[in-house]
Parts: sequence; C-alpha cells; structure tokens
Amino acid sequence: MSRVRADEEEYWHSSKFRAFTFDDEDDELSQLKESKRAVNSLRDIVDDDDDDLERVSWSGEPVGSISWSIKETASGSTSSLDGRDSSLQKGTSSYAALPKQPSSYSLSSLFKGEVRFLCATHLCLSLSALTDTGVKNYAPELRRPKAEYKDYSSDWSPKDTVRRMQRGKVCSLERFRSLQDKLVLLDEAVAGHDGNVITAVLIFLKRTLRREILFRELEVRQVALCHLIHFLRETGEQKFLLDLLRFLDRTEEVALSQYREHLNIQDVEKRREFLKGCIGLPFSAEDTSHIQDHYTLLERQIIIEANDRHLEMAGQSELFRKYPRKASILNMPLVTTLFYSCFYHYTEAEGMFSSPTNLKKTFKIPDKQYVLTALAARAKLRAWGDVDALLTTKNWLGYTKKKAPIGFHRVVEILQRNNAPVQVLQEYVRLVEDVETRLNLATKYKCHDVVIETYRDLKDRVQLTAYKSKVERGSAEEEKIQSILGNMVRNVYS
Amino acid sequence: MAAHLSSGRVNLTALREAGRRELREFLDKCAGSKAIVWDEYLTGPFGLIAQYSLLKEHEVEKMFTLKPGRLPPADVKNIIFFVRPKLELMDIITDNVLREDRGRSPQRDFHILFVPRRSLLCEQWLKEQGVLGSFIHREQYSLDLIPFDADLLSMESESAFKECYLESDQTSLYHAAKGLMTLQALYGTIPQIFGKGDCARHVANMMIRMKREFPGSQNSIFPVFDTLLLLDRNVDLLTPLATQLTYEGLIDEIYGIQNTYVKLPPEKFAPKKQGEGGKDLPTEPKKLQLNSAEELYAEIRDKNFNAVGSVLSKKAKIISAAFEERHHAKTVGEIKQFVSQLPHMQAARSSLANHTSIAELIKDITTSEDFFDNLTVEQEFMSGIDTDKVNNYIEDCIAQKHPLIKILRLVCLQSVCNSGLKQKVLDHYKREILQTYGYEHILTLNNLEKAGLLKPQTGGRNNYPTIRKTLRLWMDDVNEQNPNDISYVYSGYAPLSVRLAQLLARPGWRSIEEVLKMLPGPHFEERQQLPTGLQKKRQQGENRVTLVFFLGGVTYAEIAALRFLSQMEDGGTEYIIATTKLINGTTWIKSLMEKLEPAPF
Repeated sequence: MSRVRADEEEYWHSSKFRAFTFDDEDDELSQLKESKRAVNSLRDIVDDDDDDLERVSWSGEPVGSISWSIKETASGSTSSLDGRDSSLQKGTSSYAALPKQPSSYSLSSLFKGEVRFLCATHLCLSLSALTDTGVKNYAPELRRPKAEYKDYSSDWSPKDTVRRMQRGKVCSLERFRSLQDKLVLLDEAVAGHDGNVITAVLIFLKRTLRREILFRELEVRQVALCHLIHFLRETGEQKFLLDLLRFLDRTEEVALSQYREHLNIQDVEKRREFLKGCIGLPFSAEDTSHIQDHYTLLERQIIIEANDRHLEMAGQSELFRKYPRKASILNMPLVTTLFYSCFYHYTEAEGMFSSPTNLKKTFKIPDKQYVLTALAARAKLRAWGDVDALLTTKNWLGYTKKKAPIGFHRVVEILQRNNAPVQVLQEYVRLVEDVETRLNLATKYKCHDVVIETYRDLKDRVQLTAYKSKVERGSAEEEKIQSILGNMVRNVYS
Repeated sequence: MAAHLSSGRVNLTALREAGRRELREFLDKCAGSKAIVWDEYLTGPFGLIAQYSLLKEHEVEKMFTLKPGRLPPADVKNIIFFVRPKLELMDIITDNVLREDRGRSPQRDFHILFVPRRSLLCEQWLKEQGVLGSFIHREQYSLDLIPFDADLLSMESESAFKECYLESDQTSLYHAAKGLMTLQALYGTIPQIFGKGDCARHVANMMIRMKREFPGSQNSIFPVFDTLLLLDRNVDLLTPLATQLTYEGLIDEIYGIQNTYVKLPPEKFAPKKQGEGGKDLPTEPKKLQLNSAEELYAEIRDKNFNAVGSVLSKKAKIISAAFEERHHAKTVGEIKQFVSQLPHMQAARSSLANHTSIAELIKDITTSEDFFDNLTVEQEFMSGIDTDKVNNYIEDCIAQKHPLIKILRLVCLQSVCNSGLKQKVLDHYKREILQTYGYEHILTLNNLEKAGLLKPQTGGRNNYPTIRKTLRLWMDDVNEQNPNDISYVYSGYAPLSVRLAQLLARPGWRSIEEVLKMLPGPHFEERQQLPTGLQKKRQQGENRVTLVFFLGGVTYAEIAALRFLSQMEDGGTEYIIATTKLINGTTWIKSLMEKLEPAPF
C-alpha cells in the first residue's frame, strides 16, 4: 500500500506536469512572434518574386511535378504558366465535362456475379486460355504480343514454374495432374512468399480438386490457407468461404464473416431480418450479446422511424415542427438513439418503445451514460426543469438531494455549452465538490454569488477583497462582499 | 531536384537514377506520342523518381487521372495506364477501353504498366472482360524502395501491416526482399543481417534464397552497408500509438505528410502584398514539400517541438542582420557582393516564413487543453501508471464522441502497456465503444485483437514493466532542448524499436536476451560471405553504416531518434532507414479498421 502511495507521489512530482507544455509560455510565444515579425518586415525589402526561385503554383505543387502536370496537360495548356489558374478549376477541364458513367455499383457486388463465373469456369493459367480465340470481340484492336509464345515450354519443374510466374511470365499449370504434383507446386509457391503466385496456384487447385481434399490439404498449410480465405473474402465467395471455415472449425470467424455481410444490405427490413439470423451464430459469449443488441436496436429504430415520420408529416406535433429532424434515426448508434429519444420522446411512459427509460432498461445503459445523454438532450431544448428533476433523487423519507453520477463539473460544462442562464448554471456550480474546481468554474462563468460564498467559507479576506473589483460597482454582489468583509472584521475583533 | 539524396553517407541518387532508367526504357518501347493515365495513388511516389520533364522528353504529351468513362480525346499514338495491380482498377481500365471510339483515326494503342508487379489475376480479369488483347505492352515497374531523403527509403505500401498480420499475406515481404536485393546490387552485399520478429525472419530467408537461386547476382561492388537490421512492427506495437512530439512528427500527426508533401490550412499563408489582401484570399490548402533539401527544415524537423521556437527566433535574427548589411554596403564591390547573396537570403526568408507559420498552427493545437489531457494519459500508460483499470479520460472522450480512432489509439496503448487488458476492463471499453459508435465496429475491434493491439491479458502476467525497465523505455530526466537520449522524441518515452537498434550496436543483443524472448518472434543473426577482396578494412574512427528496415511501418519520431543516434559523437554507427510505409498512429489504426462503406468509384 505504501509502495503504491510512493509511486503515486513520484508520479505527481515527475511525470504529470511534464506533459506537453512550453516551459516558458510567454517567452516561447514571443519567440514565434518575433520571428514572424522579422519575416514580415523583410517582405518590404525583398521583392515578391520568390516564386521564380522555386516555381510553385499556389497549391504548392512544384511546377513540372507529375501531379501538377496531370492537371496541366489535362486542361489542354501544356506548358504555359498562365494556364495555372484554370487548371486548378477542375470543372473547366475538358475531361470533367465528359458524361460520367454512373458508378454506384460496389466492387463487391460486381465480384459476386462475375468472379464466381470467372474462377469456376475459366481461370486457368494455361497458354491456351491466353490465346485470343476465346476473347470476345469488344476490344478496339485485337493484338497480342508475340513475346508470349517463346516463353512457352511444357516441362517446367514446379520450382521453375513458380519462379517464372514470380517474374510475371505465363505458365501452364494444367500439366500438374496428380495431387502430389499439385501439392508440390503449392508448397513451392508458398516458399516463394509471393502472394500473387500463391493465389494463382490456389485458384488452379480450387478448380481442379474436390473440396474435401482441398480443405484437408490446406488445413496443414496455414499460409496457403490464409491466402485462400483472403481471396474468397475479396471476391465475395461467401458460401465457399463459410464452408471452408466450418470445415476448419473456426466457428467464431464464420460468425463474424457472416455478420459482416449485413453491411452490404441497404434495405432496413432485409437488414433487420439478416441480423436476426445472425443471433444464433457461434460468436463468443460477449459478442453474442452485442449482436443481439444490434438486432434489437434496429428493430426499435424501424418502429420509431415509422411513427415519427408520420408525426412529422402530419405536422401536429409542436416539437417536430419547431425542431425538424435532421436525419432518419435508422442505423444510428445506440447512444445517438438515446439522445434522439430524450429529445423527442422524453415524457413517454416506459411501455413505449421510443421512451428513454425503455431504451435504458432494454440495453442496460449505465447510469452515467444515461444521465450524460439525457442532460445534453434536455439542455439543448432548454428544459431546465427536466435537468433539475434528472439530477434530483428522493430518499425514503421524502427528502430530496441533488446527485450527479458524472460529477457536477461535467453538468456545468454541458449546460454552459447550451447557453444556460447564470441562475441555472450557478445552482450546479455550487454543487461542485472540489473547491478549486468550483472557484475556477464560478469565476469563468461569472457566477458571482458562488465565488463570494466560497471565499466567505474559506475565510479568505484577501481574495474576497480582490474579487470586489470584478463585480459591477453598486451591484448587489458588491454589497454582499462589503457586508461579509464587515462581518469578518467583527468576528476577528470580537 | 534530387541533390538532397546524395548528401548523406550513402548516395541514394544511384537508386533514383536506376528507377529513372527503367522508366525511360519502358517509355521508349511505346514509340510515338503518348498520354499516361494515372492511378492517382501512384503520382505521389512517382513524383519522387521523375518530373514531368523526363516524361515529356520521351514524348508524353498528356496525362490524365484514371476514372471510369470515356478517355479524353487526346491526339496521341499511345495510351499508357500506370496502375497498381488491383482488380477494381482493372474494371475502370476495362471501361475506358470499351468506350474507346473505334471509328477514330488514327487509332490509339493501349499499354499497361503495373506498379510494382504484374499480376496474373489482373491480367486474367482483363481477359475475362475481353480487353486483354487490346494491350500491346503489359509490363511491370518494380518501384520497391523509393528514396524519400538522403537516409530514408519507403515502399509506400499502405496495407503491408494489415496484410502480414491480419491476412497472413506475405506479398509485401516478398517485395521488401526484392527491394533489398536491388539495393545490394547497387550498394554491395550486406555482410551482416540481424532481425527480430517473424516477418524479419521471412525476409531474411527470402534474401538468402534469392541469392542462392541467382548465383549471377554475386556482385563485385564494395559494400556500403555493414549491417542490415530487420525489425517487425509487431515487436514494438507501442511506439506508433503514442503522439509524436518532434516537429516533423507533429506535422504528420496533425496534417498528414504524404510523399514528402503536406497540405496546410491556407489562412496563415495569406497573400504577400498588402494591397491585394482580401481580394483573393486563398481557399485551396497550401501545399509544401518537406525534405532535407531545405536547410532550415533539415535543422528543425527532428527536434522536440518545444525546442523549435528558439531556433526559429535565432534564424530570424540572423536573417534580419544579413539584410541590414545592405546599409553598410558602400562600394560597388560590396553592393555586388550583397546582391549575389540575395537569392540565398530570399530562400532562407521564405523558408523561415513558412516554418514560423507552421509552428504557430501546431502550437495552437499543442497548447490546447485536450492535447494536454490526451498526452498526460499516454504518458501515464507508458510509464506504467494505472494501466489495469478503466481510464476516466478515455471514458469522457467516448461520452463526448471524440473521433473513434483517437479512442482506439488510447485503448490499444493501454492494452499494450499492460500486456493485455483485464477481461472486465476490455469488455467495458468494448461495450462503451459499440454503444456510442455503432455495433458494426465489432469487426474493427476483432481486427485489432487479431493484430495483438487490443487483447485480454492471458496468464495474468504483465511483462511490460520488465521490458520498460530493462530497455529504459521511460526516462524521467528528459532534456528537450539539448537531448542526451532518444527519449526526447516522445518527451520521456524512448521508442522500443530504436532502443533495440541502439543496443544492437552497443553492447550487442546478448545483454538483453531475456527481454528479447518476451517480445514476439525469433531474433537471429545471419552472415553473407563476401569475396576476400571486398572485405572491409575499417579506418580508425570510421562509422559503421546500418540499414534499419521496419517491416510494417515506421513513424517520423522513430526516424528522428535514429538520426539522433547517427549524429552522436561517439555513436560509431550511422543509420539509413527503410520501411514498407511511413505511418503514424492514426493512419496505422485506420488501415486496420473494417471498411464500413462500399468502395466508392
């Protein structure tokens, strides 16, 4: 225990205040200012043609650099510096004016349709596959580098084959017919560490081996296995991937991999259904509860959204009229949803799905988080009464007491950020326990009464006298200070 | 343009020159006028190899960015696509080719240059779309290691760490090994190889294998490097998570440096002439190149930010004094002398102006309350305080919905500094994060767990204090102005990775065997035989040259720490740094996050 204390002591004296500070604040700042001043004064002396020194366009791109030139040449003015400005306005370049192809399809969606087709049917790395006979005639020109022919030979060893593939040459894999040959080839590829080649060999094996055999062999070849998993993930071959993971008994990964899919589902109803299906998956214990929560949350959001959209459209609710919703609540995080519900549905009974208390119960939101969120929402609406009620607890005798699980300094911060009037602020500043923090906050937000009372309780005459200069002359506060100071004197002499 | 590359101990201009030669050779293969269609990601790295002028000399008349749709109507004979081997890019190319007007005359020839490797998959993909036959030349340009500065090389392979540790895809290691082979071809065989970590072991194995398989590669160049040190990023997961406190590190943390360029908010770089002020206030970000070609930047980049102000003010005085000289110039000769110095002085002045502005921008942030609080928590964790319970500040940040990456950085840092979190603490953070930022982030949290950044403590043992004490990772008496230890780069924390490099040079790893065993992966030493004629006879007092290769990324603060060691008077070792990617905590965590939006293109 005492050791801990000593450690703490040491810490407070050593590390805490070493955090990033300029040792001599003013001096450091003035140094910067000084060099700034010097620089500025020199501007008068030197002509402003330093752009010629090192030619840079305003965006800082050195003239002649590649990225600068892309803009330059694309806009049609190849070299003239005068074209600089126009090149910066991308809209004027002839390129941008071209009709844009709608590109909303995602990569994965593209993969889903075509890769399977590609891999399952055609991806063979044999020479015959690379000849043009099979090529559809879309291309403007059909030419093929002659060079490819001379690289062809039918009897490269597995090692040579891998080495040639590493150099980007085309090789026939079809010759490797026996399982034995194929595995040697795979092992060679793995030993070469070139993912490009490993993947190519794996695709060949995937096409030519029975699933069970492929899985069995990969189980003892971890590196190759990882490559295949990565490949399947990239190309979106979800079913094959799940089969593989199941075979390997990597159930948690199966679960996560399946769960990931929900991100590709745009329609909320479908997404909800999908998440429902995820609940039974073999996640780790704590992940299971998160997935369950995710599903429940979306379910609630769908109900709330339908209701509130209706309410807003009908224009009956004053709240919605006064504070129209900025966005739909669908797919928002839990805390955001809680804020929303504290904002629009604060007074609802617990039985309602949209009521804050219901959310709190359902998702076991900790007190601290709840108070913080509710406070922010009610303060934003300037509902000071609600703020008061939120922080008031009754004991069994019926006495009330103010309590803030987040600390009253945080309460003050939040209220202040929402422009609470001094009278409201003052009440909570007064409740900040730490005297120094209380004084700081009170001074910062001009809660004079709190400052004065605190100094009074501290019997700090000097500070109190000094504070007199900070309040308005002839104000009630000044009078208060006067009378306290008077009392103090009397106390001292009595 | 590239003079700064030759200013160091190893002349990296040779590497750049080799890259340029290869590029020229390819361009000349496609005879006639050409247009290049760029995969935008590549323009940055290529810009470090060649300027537009080089391309123009080889008849490149137009350049475009790769986008779906019809290609712009340029009157050229060749259209060349410069692309990374990515399937989504192949789709765009396919679209471009299919929309080409077949009626136009003369017809345009298509070519593809894959960077850094040709990919069988991509070509197969193009074939399936029916366009493969349209390309006359399909080649690769192995842009493995790009010279960034006199002592810095990067592969700029964004996903290397993710591929190695989440997907067990070691392709980037293969490229690293190939890059090292190229380097050895230019600068001689490196006699000694040390390494720590699984990936390091793999790369060393591949190098040895490649050397064995190409006996012709035995070269007769006198070795420039004495030692190669391969370091896995996962040996030191801690360092990138902490906020870098060097000048360059902070610029990167706050604004992000890409391919030596940084984009800054324009307000502080207002137009110079006062008369014009207000008329055309710039709205585009100000873009600046940052490298050692700029004298002032070379001097301040690696300093702790707290030491930058005083240097800037000293420089200001010197420059002011230099300009004052003009009043004393009386004779024609003196005036001539002054005028001849003017260009240099002007450059110095504009450099000073820029860095004063940048320093002001950074200072606004480093003096903010939140920066201070964040740093305090980081330093608590790194010095081993309260790493085993839920941290208040992190909870507050979650409650206030600070950016998720910031939260993840802190939670991961705490986890690493505690050799994993107690299950209860981990569950608590997870719940708060999911409830506040969305349940779908469960996928990202899983990735972080897989990468070892966020994990439950197993066996109830926390090794970090032992590692911290043995390697002296936390230094209480740090001197930011005149540092005497590498810990100045994080104002107290000495980066583990660099400590390993330092201890390897002196007194050797044998002294820290126990700690090395606590860190993941094997440590090893290999020797590559040199022909007798090439063996080095070291001059008295001559420094050794060590190449430190960070597999999975390196931060600017770590680079600064290694440069500090290079400059130590009795250090005895100079360091050249290579990496798969220049990273900081934010870009690193981002690369591990699950992409929640479908890729937009």
